[in-house]
This record gives sequence, structure tokens and C-alpha cells, in this order.
Amino acid sequence: MYWPARDGDIPVPAFFLRGQDVRRTFTLTLAVGLCLSGMAYAVTDGSGDPAAMKSDEGKWVDKDGNPTFKIEPDGTVDFYTYVGFTRYSAECLRCHGPDGMGSTYAPALMDSMKHLSYSDFYGTVAGGKKDVSASQELVMPAEGENKNVMCFVDSIYSYLRARADDAVGRGRPEKHAPKPASYEKTEDQCMG
Amino acid sequence: MKQSLSRTLAAGTILSSLLFVGSAGAQSAGDDLLKMEKNAANVVMPTNTYDNQRYSGLDQINTRNVGKLQVAWTFSTGVLRGHEGGPLVVGDTMYVHTPFPNTVFALDLNHDGRILWKYEPKQDPNVIPVMCCDTVNRGVAYGDGKIFLHQADTTLVALDAKTGAVVWSVKTDDPAKGATGTEAPMVVKDKVYVGVSGGEFGVRGWVAAYAIADGKEVWRAYSEGTDKDLLVDPQKTTSLGKPIGADSSLKTWEGDQWKIGGGDTWGWYSYDPQLNLIYYGSGNPSTWNPKQRPGDNKWSMTIFARNPDTGEAKWVYQMTPHDEWDYDGVNEMILADQEIGGRNRQLLVHFDRNGFGYTLDRATGELLVAAKYDPAVNWATKVDMDKSSPNYGRPEVVAKYSTEHTGEDANTQGVCPAALGTKDEQPAAFSPETGLFYVPTNHVCMDYEPFRVSYTAGQPYVGATLSMFPAPGGNNMGNFIAWNARTGKIEWSDPEQFSVWSGALATKGGVVFYGTLEGYLKAVDAKTGKELYKFKTPSGIIGNVMTYEHGGKQYVAVLSGVGGWAGIGLAAGLTDPHAGLGAVGGYAALNNYTSLGGTLTVFALPPS
Repeated sequence: MYWPARDGDIPVPAFFLRGQDVRRTFTLTLAVGLCLSGMAYAVTDGSGDPAAMKSDEGKWVDKDGNPTFKIEPDGTVDFYTYVGFTRYSAECLRCHGPDGMGSTYAPALMDSMKHLSYSDFYGTVAGGKKDVSASQELVMPAEGENKNVMCFVDSIYSYLRARADDAVGRGRPEKHAPKPASYEKTEDQCMG
Repeated sequence: MKQSLSRTLAAGTILSSLLFVGSAGAQSAGDDLLKMEKNAANVVMPTNTYDNQRYSGLDQINTRNVGKLQVAWTFSTGVLRGHEGGPLVVGDTMYVHTPFPNTVFALDLNHDGRILWKYEPKQDPNVIPVMCCDTVNRGVAYGDGKIFLHQADTTLVALDAKTGAVVWSVKTDDPAKGATGTEAPMVVKDKVYVGVSGGEFGVRGWVAAYAIADGKEVWRAYSEGTDKDLLVDPQKTTSLGKPIGADSSLKTWEGDQWKIGGGDTWGWYSYDPQLNLIYYGSGNPSTWNPKQRPGDNKWSMTIFARNPDTGEAKWVYQMTPHDEWDYDGVNEMILADQEIGGRNRQLLVHFDRNGFGYTLDRATGELLVAAKYDPAVNWATKVDMDKSSPNYGRPEVVAKYSTEHTGEDANTQGVCPAALGTKDEQPAAFSPETGLFYVPTNHVCMDYEPFRVSYTAGQPYVGATLSMFPAPGGNNMGNFIAWNARTGKIEWSDPEQFSVWSGALATKGGVVFYGTLEGYLKAVDAKTGKELYKFKTPSGIIGNVMTYEHGGKQYVAVLSGVGGWAGIGLAAGLTDPHAGLGAVGGYAALNNYTSLGGTLTVFALPPS
């Protein structure tokens, strides 16, 4: 015995829940995603239209309040999405491969994002996933207690969303927006 | 237990003198192995022989007839993920292992590989995601009529080689902290040696000796910590000829960081019976962010020479002090005797992840040669060989490629080799006939960006982002080379489209074998590197080629089943972020060549 069972409610420490209530977002996404998809942006993903509508100190959200990316015409990527690339590569690449493209044993998240909503994504990251059969053993660990992931979960989401929507290419984004003044403080607060 | 006791008693009735040998009845296991490893028909250890030369004295298959090789029989392991290591052959039985769930099969060579027994442990699948880089296992060891397996969940189990029944089982570490078992054990005399994986989870590395009779822990030596934990004598244990002094490890870490400092021991072990020393290397210090762990971080990235009976270290040599690139030092230590400067030397040859091929005197740990075995290597200009220099034995790091120098949240570009090293765990071979080493290599570079990371037990503790791409000036991501360890020169080099991630085999027949990630088993001329034969197996090869003789006939066998680190980095193909848009997608994805699946393919010459 080394891990507590992960079925049932996902234990997520309070400090990770910043500003967003996941369940509310889920309902909203369903409702709004159906009627508005494809209006402002040619692409939709698991959370609907990824078009960036509102920024809170450099952190962009779509019209439903889901984290999203913002790419300037010259290719400059918003800072949080860029952070998402670095944290994805440190925490997720080992299984999910470089640039969200999958490995021999874990799915390509740039494809999964096309049907996963923000709350699906958040739930799987925090609570993990297990699909063990005779032919394969797919196990995603619960990252709910892992600050290196949970403090950056929105950034990772934005990055993968950008990959799914083909807004960011392979590798490190060449240009990114400067670090917002509030960024360091937010990171320090979460990382402790 | 019962069985070995009854066997001891039976033997006792024949040899009255055996009573006093009785308590050390297991002692003969090591002696047997010394004899058994000389019989080229068998492969009784995962490294082929104690010296890790991976050289076989069999020569039925040779440069003239290897082109006629055919598949004799195949065996599916029923497991999909990366298959590293290779089978053992003891008498009429072949032992085949798999990645998680770590199934072991005993196959009857008298009946085309009929299954004699199968062992499949029940392990908590939660161990899967704490295995860095796929759920690999590098093989089982044999000794004292038992098969030893270090399972993913760090259970070391001894199986009755005849029946597969569990004789004893012991827990070596704690997977809840990210510790896992992937390496192949080694048996010397009456002990079995194992190490631990988990450098990406802050697991403190160790090597431990267990009694083969009952699984009792005899000694455990850590890579980091107090002198007592390290099993060193500050005055007697040396590094480059000088005593290491007191607290050699503690002094090179900030505070208590050594407790989560990595230095894991997941590579291969070798043994010199004359010098009575075992050799192995330790892995990367945790985290991958060098700024976060000031100091040399001893003894991560280190070659250890230890007394197998007591564990005490005779000498140590740290190749990459204060690692900034994840260049684990765990690759195999090949023991060979060769002449250098007119003197016959007892050598230890090691192809490190950091791209340098090291030749040392294995009795003393004196550094004789350190040279790049891939010209692309750029992170250091050379290793300082000047004995009077304060930096003797240390690499001369190029500031431009120092991730410590570039700093946190900044991208260090174009570092060669990439984190997977110029070579990873895939072992090289040595042929005493040609005096050359045959080395499977990666020809891949990287950008590396370290950043702050916090430690949680059992969670990844990485702290760096990296992107990998083929080395400049070509499309090949690997080479298979012949290396002269006396001079530090490449004799010949065969380019390969993908990293060569398969263990090599040299033979008396003048043929060298290796596998490729597309799935080819290849045979080349040991003298020239000329390709003599290839056959595409069902999946990419990251296993080690082996050869054995049965019923007077020589066979060559290899596990295919793509995965491991190679399966992560290469599955989707690599792109060069600095080559401009035109090159994106210019390098083929491994996905287009091969798919998952564990299969053993056994080759032989057609009946004449």
C-alpha cells in the first residue's frame, strides 16, 4: 500500500482554487459552447471558442472565463501561455511527449484538448486517471497536491489549448509578452 | 528455502567436508558463475559476463555466413511497452523478462520455446506514473538455482529457477516517494546487488547487497550523505589518487538537500574477481535546476569501485560535478585489459551520457583518457588531464552552454548532447579480437531552461524544460561507432536515422550486432562497420542483442518493443527550433516506422 485510493472526490488544496469554480465553468461551457461556437473564431475546442476576451494582468480568459491564449499578430505569445510551455515540458513531457504530441504510451494532449473541456482537464490533472487492462496500463497520477503542476495548471491548459488550435507551433514559443508585474507575487504565493 | 536446504543436505551426504561449507553453501553460486560465464553456450548474466564486454566466444555465425541468417523462432511477451535488456540462457532454459507488470517466462529450448513456467507479480499500478521514462526493466539475474528480479515497485524477488516459485521476496525502497526498480540485478558470490531509479523524483540513490540464500540485507551504500551512509573511509577511499577526506558528500550540498539529491543507480554493474571490486555509476543530482542546488553535489554522476563483501568504496570519480544537463553517470563500466603507453593496464572503459569516453585504471581509479566520442559534444571543451591543476579530472565547461551560467527562466540553446546523452543505458560491447569498443550512440542536441521547482514526496522534481533536436549538420539522430579507448579516437562510424538505443554484441565470428529504433537487427563487420545483414523485427529495438548455443547450434536473440526515453522523445519526431520554418517536420517521426509490442526474435543459420 502506498497511495490512498483516488476514487470519489478529488482532494484539491484550497490554495489552488483561485478565482474559478470548476463546476460552474463546466455548465457554462456546455450552454454557451453550443450556441456560440464558431462565431468569433474559426476553431473551437473542448471548451468552445478559445478567442481571448479579457485579461487580468496578462492572464487571458475566453468569453466563458476559461483560461486561454493570446497571440499577437507578430507571433508574440502571452506570458502565461509561455509559462505553460515550460511547465508542460517539465511536468508532462515525460509521458505525453514533446509539444503535446504524445509518446509511445501516453496520448497526444494537443488532440485530447479538442474534446476535453477545461473542467475535464482540471479534473484529470488534479485527480488522475487509471485505465489498466490486459493489453495496456495507462495511469495518470493525481497532481492535486503537486504545486509544480497545480500552480501552473491554467497556464498549461492555455498552452495545450493553443497547440490544439494550432495557434502555437512545436518547440519553445519564439517571442513572449513580458512578465506581468503581478506574476512573481502570484507564483510565490502559490509555491509557498 | 526448503529446496536449497535439501540440496545442501543431499550434497552433504556425498561430501562429508561440506558441513563447514554448508553455511556458505551459497558461496559456491558466485564461483559457479565464474565458471559458467566462461561457457559461451550460456548467457548466465544480464551483462553476458562480469566484465560487461558483451563479447561472445561463439563463431559459427561469422562475417562470411551472417548474411544467410534466418528467423528460427519468435515469442510474444504479451506486453506492449518498452522492452530493454535481454534474455538469459542457462542450460536448456531461456529466461525472458518484460516491462511492467514484470512478467518472467522460463522457455524450454528443447521444445521451440515452450513455456515451462510464468511468474507475474501483482503490483499496484500506481507505480507506473512514478517511473520516469516508461515502465522498462533491464532483466533478471541468475545464481544459486534462483532467478532474481527487481520489480517496478522495488520488490526484489528470488524465484526457483526450475519452478518459478517465490523463494523469498524483500522490499528495497518506497515507490510512494518515487523510488522504482528498473535495473538488472547482479549476483557475486553469495550476494545479489540492486540499485534504484527515481532521479526525477528526488530519490536518494543507493546500491544494496542482499544474501542470495534468504534475502537478508547485508549492506547498503548511498550515493549521498554521511561517510557512514556512503560506506567510505575518508582516509582510504580515494578520488583520482587522493583520499576523499571527511564529509566529502555533505560539504558539496546546501543544507539537507542531499536527502532529496538523486544520484540514482539504475545502470549496469560489473565485477573484477581478481581485484575483488564491483563497479557502477550514479545518476543525476535532483533537481534538474542547477541554481537550486549549489555545490558539486557529490557523489552524483560518479563511478564507484566497491568491495562486494563489505560495500566499502575503494575509489570514486565524479565525472560531471554540479550537473547542469541531466547527464546521468549510470552507463556500464566495461572491464578490459589493454596496453597503454607500453604498459599492460587493467582498464575500466565508460561511455558517459555527457559525451566523453573515459578510460581509467580500474585498480586505482587513475584517469588515463577522456575524449569526446561524438564530435558534436560541445558543453565542455575537454577534461582537464593536468595532474597538478586544481581542476584535474574536471570538465572545462563552456559558459555559453552552461545552464547555471545562463540562469533560471532563461533558455540555454544548442547544448550537445541532449539530456538523453551521447549514450544512455544501452550497453556497448568490446572485442578482444579487434581491441575496439562498439558503441550505440545518440546524435541529438537540446535547448535547456531551468526554473524553480518545489519538492513533494512522490511527485516529479524536475525543474527544467528542454527541447531536443538532431545535432547540426545532418539528419541522422544516431551513430553506431567503433572506439579506440587507448587513444580516444573513433575508428569508424555508421550513421543511423534514429538514436541507436539497443545494446551491442561483439562475437568471435568477427560480427557485431545491434538493433535500431525502426526495428532492424543489424550485423556489421567488426573491422570496418560494413553492414552484412539486417532484418526488420515487429517493433523498434531498445533491447540488448545476445547469442547462445543450443544443441550445437549458435543462435542470436533480441527483444523488440519500442519505448523508453526513446519512445518519448522520438515518437512524434524531433524538429530543430533554430533551423527556420523550412526544416520543421523535416525529421521523420518514429511513429511512421514502428509500433508497440514485445517480441523475442531468435535467429540462426539455415541447416547446411
